[in-house]
Amino acid sequence: MNALKNLVGWVDDRFPLMALWNDHLAKYYAPKNFNFWYFFGSLALLVLVIQIVTGIFLAMHYKPSAAEAFASVEYIMRDVEWGWLIRYLHSTGASAFFVVVYLHMFRGLLYGSYKKPRELIWILGMLIYLCLMAEAFFGYLLPWGQMSYWGAQVIISLFGAIPVVGEDLAIWIRGDFVVSDATLNRFYSFHIILVPLILLGLVVAHIMALHEVGSNNPDGVEIKKLKDDNGIPLDGIPFHPYYTVKDIAGVAGFLIIFALILFYAPEMGGYFLEYANFQPADPLKTPEHIAPVWYFTPYYAILRAVTIDIGPLNSKVLGVMAMGAATVIFFALPWLDRSPVKSIRYRGPLFKVAVTIFVIVFFILGFLGTQPVTPLFTVMSQVCSVLYFLFFLLMPIYTRLDKTKPVPERVTFK
Amino acid sequence: MKKLILAIILVTALPGYTLAAGGIALDTAPIDTGDRESQARGAQTYVAYCLGCHSLKFMRYSRLAEDLGLDDAQLQALMVTSDKPGDTIQNVMPAKQAEQWFGTKIPDLSVVSRSRGSDWLYTYLRSFYADPTRPLGINNLLFKDVAMPHVLWEQQGLKQPVYTTNVHGQKVIEELEPGLPGRLSEAEYDQQVADLVNFLDYVGEPMKQERQQLGLWVLGFLVIFFGLSYALKKEYWRDIH
Repeated sequence: MNALKNLVGWVDDRFPLMALWNDHLAKYYAPKNFNFWYFFGSLALLVLVIQIVTGIFLAMHYKPSAAEAFASVEYIMRDVEWGWLIRYLHSTGASAFFVVVYLHMFRGLLYGSYKKPRELIWILGMLIYLCLMAEAFFGYLLPWGQMSYWGAQVIISLFGAIPVVGEDLAIWIRGDFVVSDATLNRFYSFHIILVPLILLGLVVAHIMALHEVGSNNPDGVEIKKLKDDNGIPLDGIPFHPYYTVKDIAGVAGFLIIFALILFYAPEMGGYFLEYANFQPADPLKTPEHIAPVWYFTPYYAILRAVTIDIGPLNSKVLGVMAMGAATVIFFALPWLDRSPVKSIRYRGPLFKVAVTIFVIVFFILGFLGTQPVTPLFTVMSQVCSVLYFLFFLLMPIYTRLDKTKPVPERVTFK
Repeated sequence: MKKLILAIILVTALPGYTLAAGGIALDTAPIDTGDRESQARGAQTYVAYCLGCHSLKFMRYSRLAEDLGLDDAQLQALMVTSDKPGDTIQNVMPAKQAEQWFGTKIPDLSVVSRSRGSDWLYTYLRSFYADPTRPLGINNLLFKDVAMPHVLWEQQGLKQPVYTTNVHGQKVIEELEPGLPGRLSEAEYDQQVADLVNFLDYVGEPMKQERQQLGLWVLGFLVIFFGLSYALKKEYWRDIH
């Protein structure tokens, strides 16, 4: 014990070890009333680690070449020791990442976690989300199945819709006239180096920004307003050990669901691993129905919902713009929300109704994005896309009009 | 909040209500993925009737013997394209010429059970019928104008379509009736196809049994771990009021 103390002391004279430990864990005071929704931040971190560790092992056996990629994935599944487990961890982890991140973002929406003074945390989080989308998109090409290939083809060709420079831009991105070996190689590079590097940097920044201002909570009360004589928030408890032990239980609960999917439904009915992706990529055979993986489908539905041309801009360009706007609009949330209260607990009916509609619309769009185009589905996705944007665009109005309830001084804790 | 969750559940249930797009309804393949004998019978059928055209290039003979419990003699009987057990299951058909003969690439079937599904395969192999307008004289209800011949016709016989006129005045197939009789009864043929599909299901994911068994141990551990960590959390949080 003494030797350990000496060692820590030695390091501490040269590196802020205990300061970091205290600032971020032992003396980081978090509100004591975190509920179920507050598990997903630490779970996102857990999934990130799962993805990095499994990714390292997959990269040892995977061959990023158009001729060998598909076979190398099957080689991992069959001939590499525990390869199937590592691969399923990674493929299930990809979807799990989006599940926990969507729930994490939804928590922010419920409790107004993006509102002042946490705007920057929200923006950094949104950048993480965009990185995650890029990471998923690049990674999805790697198994080199039919959906990998044609999904990439569809998305890259969207750049071709940009007036004047579009076609050249698309060729520049692919490195070829069609998605090919060159595309696979660069996507592999982005997937295992570029995006993970940015992602890690952003995650660190996200947590640093959070620990600077302190965590929000289900009541939306600033716990730093009321402190005891030692300057410790009255409603705050040290993150370690209280939330570390709580999050361990959360991790166990999450892993039970994760393991159920991994061991008993790794394809998750074609949502986590698309059935058509078990056919090797064939540049000469376009699948009848190309659908992205579930986490992109709401945006894909918005892309396809745009069927009109406006002046020189055709429906494809406008669709791309709508899809881009649908993701980027989240950045504006801290300034669109004019409510004097943070948490949904003290908001009025207007906001509650708006959030409910938004969630339903998001799910319907997600469903529509998996389906082939039919006239009915197109109309449905148009209506839902309009509602999706109205949720944001009308927010300054309905959050101001809403009848809010008085917010208590202290957090509620049973 | 409860209403919100209810709404989410309702909407996520939506995909279940959509109908399968086009084609005919799939029959459920009556297979037990743990039945190694059925899979071994399927392997024999595969080598005798399918391997001539369709390779299983991600599957090794030795793995087959190990998983399905085949002895040396049984394995040797299957090894028609190689004498090394460590080899993958290739065929000897020249791919380029085959493509010319059939007008399409002949797919490898290592993971066909994962892209098509067992039910599709089971239905497909039982849906061939006589169609004189096709080059080979046969067609398939599930896979219209398929280039593949009805390889198992000796076993099943050749079914005849019964035509009817639909509401749009088009001639459509109402059902298939027995035509030329085969060597096997309908039940025997269904069993042969089921064994074959069970074999392909195994080949698509040879580690399926291992995966499901390991899952029990992992889940068992996690449940205990959850119990302990929850108790630990309770203990720590006793002094938070």
